[in-house]
Amino acid sequence: MAFDKELNLEATELRLGLPGTKESEKQPTIAIKSNKRALPNFNEESCGSKENSNASHLIQKRDQEIASPAKAQVVGWPPVRSYRKNCLQLKKMEAEAAGMYVKVSMDGAPYLRKIDLKVYKGYPELLKALEEMFKFSAGEYSEREGYNGSEFVPTYEDKDGDWMLVGDVPWDMFLCSCKRLRIMKGSEAKGLGCAV
Amino acid sequence: MNYFPDEVLEHVFDFVASHRDRNAVSLVCRLWHRVERLSRQRVFVGNCYALSPEILIARFPGLKSLTLKGKPHFADFNLVPHDWGGYVQPWIEALSNSRIGLEELRLKRMVVSDESLELLSRSFANFKSLVLVSCEGFTTVGLAAIAANCRFLRELDLQENEIDDHSGHWLSCFPDSCTSLISLNFALPLETLQNILMRAPQLVDLGTGSYIHDPDSETYNKLKHTILKCKSIRNLSGFLEVAPRCLPAIYPICLNLTSLNLSYAAGIHGSELVKLIRRCAKLQRLWILDCIGDKGLEVVASTCKELQELRVFPSDVLGVGHAAVTENGLVAISAGCPKLHSLLYFCQQMTNAALIVVAKNCPNFIRFRLCILEPTKPDPVTMQPLDDGFGAIVQSCKHLRRLSLSGLLTDRVFLYIGMYAEQLEMLSVAFAGDSDKGMLYVLNGCKKLRKLEIRDCPYGDKALLTDVGKYETMRSLWMSSCEVTLGGCKTLAKEMPRLNVEIINEHDQMEIGSEEQRVEKMYLYRTLVGPRKDAPEFVWTL
Repeated sequence: MAFDKELNLEATELRLGLPGTKESEKQPTIAIKSNKRALPNFNEESCGSKENSNASHLIQKRDQEIASPAKAQVVGWPPVRSYRKNCLQLKKMEAEAAGMYVKVSMDGAPYLRKIDLKVYKGYPELLKALEEMFKFSAGEYSEREGYNGSEFVPTYEDKDGDWMLVGDVPWDMFLCSCKRLRIMKGSEAKGLGCAV
Repeated sequence: MNYFPDEVLEHVFDFVASHRDRNAVSLVCRLWHRVERLSRQRVFVGNCYALSPEILIARFPGLKSLTLKGKPHFADFNLVPHDWGGYVQPWIEALSNSRIGLEELRLKRMVVSDESLELLSRSFANFKSLVLVSCEGFTTVGLAAIAANCRFLRELDLQENEIDDHSGHWLSCFPDSCTSLISLNFALPLETLQNILMRAPQLVDLGTGSYIHDPDSETYNKLKHTILKCKSIRNLSGFLEVAPRCLPAIYPICLNLTSLNLSYAAGIHGSELVKLIRRCAKLQRLWILDCIGDKGLEVVASTCKELQELRVFPSDVLGVGHAAVTENGLVAISAGCPKLHSLLYFCQQMTNAALIVVAKNCPNFIRFRLCILEPTKPDPVTMQPLDDGFGAIVQSCKHLRRLSLSGLLTDRVFLYIGMYAEQLEMLSVAFAGDSDKGMLYVLNGCKKLRKLEIRDCPYGDKALLTDVGKYETMRSLWMSSCEVTLGGCKTLAKEMPRLNVEIINEHDQMEIGSEEQRVEKMYLYRTLVGPRKDAPEFVWTL
């Protein structure tokens, strides 16, 4: 469109590539496996250009990674069949792009938020993000006493439907079983080990 | 033995099953040759360009099962250009025009078109079994023809093929009752899975490809109930898109599983994999991703005492990240699984000490393929090459038939291989050795060598030309990114007319090339039928 040049939309466009790289123009020729999942919702915090479909964006990103000069790529190494490489690479891209979004509610707040658990490497990061998002302090975590010194306690609903204290199980296991988060008010959280 | 009637000889030969033994039998005398060839039902052709379909049909009129291999092994890793060859069409045409009652066709690294599959499905009334491994060129249209027309189909095994269309509609072409079907090895979406199982409840092998993301959903319950009905399943593969929380649906059949392929299940964390494997005490074959970790392999070692074959694939296929398994996982496996004889192991690092322990624990290896992800990586503890480690393997494993090397290696490892690997038939070498001596040790020492594939090693014309007669005792030799020259290859082709010496020339360098020019890719193989007529432009047979 004509006004694109004036507005310099390219400069403000959000893309999946590293800053400073230009996305490749050519279309991917590799057949894309049919994706039976509905397109995940990209909220405004994640990247997404309106023109690109989910799948072709992933293929472009993969092409970029494969062509990246920063990593020394040897042709045909490691000796893994292309079929396998394509499958795993596509899966990885899908997983990375889709994220693991869970709802976060806080007692007393008028509306819920959503966060992508995949972007955090562990509990400290997650808790810090929650504290910033909802403006509270979780206090100190200990296995014996739960969260000490706070009015609010982070909890999550697991796959069995039970409400669990955030932090008890290994991070990987938490990622697998967490369906949603709830920041409970201290008075309700007595049974979960909140020493108020 | 001349006074035995042919039927008696034939009856005796019935007990000789392996094609190698039967080949030996056929060399004894003309009578045995005739009786053997007329009674032979299963034929293995390791290189489809070594002979022609006509020769095959003339010699073995009773042929029922044919195995054909096409492209060289390194084609799997993109080292061979597309359109190199390996077409199955001429074979199917010739067989369908003959009186051969083909029942089984097993193809590896061949180009299979829909036209070929359709012709196959219509030509042989008793066709029972189709196995396609690492093939390409067909779509679900061809598969639909197989499903619809082969009334007695028992086995359909599709592994790692490049199929263009992944829709499951072709599966509905199976007739209402496939009581003969016992093996379906490819990714099946869940809805079709249930459909097939209703029609073929006696399935022994099963692939799954369902996507299930919510364990409380109806889909998950359906999967649970479907699986519960499959008491006969022994081999399970797939899990392309199963979320870890849905794995418990598989638990009821774990106890009976003898073969499990989780190597595409990238979304499943190590801890979930381990929970699954703990229930599979009877596993003989396990294919898995390295995200299981060394700790996970320790669980495998303590649970799977019947394990014979293990493959650990890298989950980071770009090869520049960190593999999650090291020498420790392998040592644990070798200590816990005494029956292990086949190994493919992608790892971050390996030590000589570990290899020596593995060699001691597992003297029964037949196939030992180790891939350290970083080329030329030495022993990280001693910073030494891995010559001694691999040397221990070949010295201890007297039945070793296949070996793949990696890591930092000097000529010394080849000295060991030449000295000790008496049964070695296939050797894969990359980024190894210092001089021509390395290759010569192997060519001189390994009397049973059939396939040698080498990439990025400093072997030149001297190594290539010292013992040219050797290549007629082998199926094939592949050399890429080595030091052999055009002149050397030409000399070899001239001296050995019964070899096809093919130069793969992708960049038009050879047009006005000098004799001293290095050849980028050379593939030579023995053949009865001279240069092939279907070679593309970029393949130059000298």
